[in-house]
Amino acid sequence: MRNMLAIADKELRSYFASPIGYIMIGLFSLLFGWFFYVYLMAFNQQSQQMMQFGGGGGGANINQMMIRGLFQNTAVIILFVMPMITMRTYSEEKRSGTIELLLTSPVTDLQIILGKFFGALALYAAMLLVTMIYMAMLFKISNPEWRPIAAGYLGLLLMGGCFLSTGLFISSLTKNQIVAGFLTFATFLMLWIVNWIGESSSPTTRAVVSYLSITEHFDDFARGIIDTKHALYYLSFITFGLFLTAKSVDSERWRG
Amino acid sequence: MMDGTEQGVIEVQHISKNYGRVTAVDDVSFRVERGEILGFLGPNGAGKTTTMRILTGYMPPTEGRAVVAGFDVFDKPLEAKRRTGYLPETPPLYPDMTVREYLDFVGKIKGVPPRERKARVQTVMERTRVADMADRHCSKLSKGYRQRVGLAQALIHNPEVLILDEPTAGLDPKQIIETRDLIRGLAGDHTIVLSTHILPEVAQTCQRVVIINKGRVVAVDTPDNLTARLKGAATMYVQVDAGGADAAAALAAIPGVKRVASADGRAPQPGDASFASGNERASEPADPDRQNAGQPATLPSHASSEMSRLSPAAFEVESEPDVDVRRELARAVVNRGWGLLELRPVRMSLEDVFLQVTTEEHPEEAPRA
Repeated sequence: MRNMLAIADKELRSYFASPIGYIMIGLFSLLFGWFFYVYLMAFNQQSQQMMQFGGGGGGANINQMMIRGLFQNTAVIILFVMPMITMRTYSEEKRSGTIELLLTSPVTDLQIILGKFFGALALYAAMLLVTMIYMAMLFKISNPEWRPIAAGYLGLLLMGGCFLSTGLFISSLTKNQIVAGFLTFATFLMLWIVNWIGESSSPTTRAVVSYLSITEHFDDFARGIIDTKHALYYLSFITFGLFLTAKSVDSERWRG
Repeated sequence: MMDGTEQGVIEVQHISKNYGRVTAVDDVSFRVERGEILGFLGPNGAGKTTTMRILTGYMPPTEGRAVVAGFDVFDKPLEAKRRTGYLPETPPLYPDMTVREYLDFVGKIKGVPPRERKARVQTVMERTRVADMADRHCSKLSKGYRQRVGLAQALIHNPEVLILDEPTAGLDPKQIIETRDLIRGLAGDHTIVLSTHILPEVAQTCQRVVIINKGRVVAVDTPDNLTARLKGAATMYVQVDAGGADAAAALAAIPGVKRVASADGRAPQPGDASFASGNERASEPADPDRQNAGQPATLPSHASSEMSRLSPAAFEVESEPDVDVRRELARAVVNRGWGLLELRPVRMSLEDVFLQVTTEEHPEEAPRA
């Protein structure tokens, strides 16, 4: 545990020792802010219309009409920015030879992998944390429900975890950061768009394909529903990614 | 630990390592006693790094076993690693960390208790003389400092065993001497295996040498014993101010002299020898053996017609073992009225042993010509 934390700490520091950590947080909150603004304006317009045309009642539901869409778009932003977090994790250590230090230290492979995973997850959590400033603004000007928002954030964290474990695995395959980054991005893209094929095929294929799609499972979270089915999917996805990483590191050892 | 006291601290038993079809290490066995410095010598690509990586638990061998500090590196990797410090070929530094942060991190993952860590970091920084760079980022360090921080990193948990892969590579002469002194100072408390392809380094630092070539151990002995194999070849470097066949013939006529060879082709000017060798060995003291090694085999007197034009002339005189021909050489020159400009022994070095054992098919049987 202490070893794992030491490595996670080192990983997290290394993000902030270089500009990458700041760029990630800045870029992510900028994009998030843009979508936030767009959705807020759209919502504003819609709710005004609803008031004019006599919806009256409780007014428009900000959770359903704005936050859900915002979260879904955030999922897409994550897909684009995550490869930048994970591409260097293993590749850089292999290229610079520091992997020799880690692998000859009295730490297990699992501790190294989990350390790297949680280090990256911590950066990602920091990115999400910054976006909560926008949410706080929303609470100031309106009265959304907090539970669906919390569910959405949980979903984002889990989905991000899947991307991170996949990215970690791909990074462990190559010495070249660019290759790792690009492959990771391509893989994420596939996991996202895989359900597009499903739309025009038989119900069985569609069911299988949409089960595979990472973003498909996020939909309920975005709506504010925590379904154990989806949570379980993400957790097993993360475990599988970390398992593959462990196998990759181990086989690298044997091959030399 | 129990059996660690009876066995060598490091036991390597018949290890082999294949990369696909390529055999990098082939049935290598050796042992290192407590407190000893073992030199691991071989040309590039001989399998030194692979062997060291197996010893440090970085990779498992295809066959055989290695025991470090009483623990099998494959069955009990964590125990063995806890007792091993390793400096890889390129010091494994994180460019974004300062030296202090880096050593602290290494201390953490090597299991140095938190209470002792700060003091330990300070101790190793002082020991390896990097304390003045403690708050400098590793990316900003010069090659010499990187190497020393790498060494500091290997020492941080005060390991029983130190495995150093070319610890002096890329250092300047002063740093090389300092590093060697440091390594020698560490012996006793630590058992050290160091690899190098620089021969004088082995002679100066190691108590025992394993010469490895193409993945196989070709010789294991002390540096002295290895050089003693070359006792058959005592060679003198002689420079006289009268060149030519006369001089060569006169020298060859002295009893006990086996052979006289011209040393003029690349007359060793003390001082420029180091320029001639150019590479990292430039840092070694001017080393006449190098010229010797590059010299075309001995040219008996028939080559001397060419020498006659040259004045002064230099020769390498090879004598019978155990015969000191210096007195006779000097007399022969002076009696003929020539000036004796230089007379010194050309010591056969480990380099010759090395070239011999790594180029011959059966090094053990081959008598020294």
